[in-house]
Amino acid sequence: MRGVLSAVRQWFDPEDVRRVGTTPDYRFSLANERTFLAWIRTGLALVAGGLATAQFLPPLPIAHLREVIAVALLLLGGAVSVRAVDRWARTERAMRLGRDLPASRFPALLAILVGLGSALLVVAVLVQAFE
Amino acid sequence: MTDSGLARERTRLAWLRTLLVAAGVAILAARMAATRGDPLVVALALGGWAALFAVAFRRYRSRRAGPGPALPLFALFAVGYAVLGTLLVLNG
Repeated sequence: MRGVLSAVRQWFDPEDVRRVGTTPDYRFSLANERTFLAWIRTGLALVAGGLATAQFLPPLPIAHLREVIAVALLLLGGAVSVRAVDRWARTERAMRLGRDLPASRFPALLAILVGLGSALLVVAVLVQAFE
Repeated sequence: MTDSGLARERTRLAWLRTLLVAAGVAILAARMAATRGDPLVVALALGGWAALFAVAFRRYRSRRAGPGPALPLFALFAVGYAVLGTLLVLNG
């Protein structure tokens, strides 16, 4: 828990990450920032998908399935956004210290979740079509 | 190889794209609140985007290489829209 709190404090203290190591080539820092922005867009797109699902999808044959899909997309979008900041800070730190970039299972996890969600939706659509 | 500010320009464009996506999210959230007759939440959703614009603008006026608190603020707003949307869905 303390680790989480200190990580959150570090995110909001922009100078903290600059206290370690040496400043890398600014192009690398900007590339890291763009990677963060790409992840934030992914998160925002998931949030937009959740909001659109809740408003524009007609009610599905399975009770509350629409709401479940919407909330799942919204929460996934929030998780992607939080993880984007953490990833940015870790990468910046690794670049300053000349270490390897941190490895992550998150992209694989996200891909599997989105794939599973799509497969479930295909099943739901087929069930609806043949009823 | 020379780089006459191209990396910086690419980053600026990435901020712009992110702001555009955020505008879509803000409008969707505002529409959802409006259909439920909730003017306060509509103002909150649209005001959130204005705050994001201010954050991104400040990031690009500053001459520092580091992005400052702009990144966690952006993530915070993305989470805020996710929470707002979840509350709207659950109250619907």
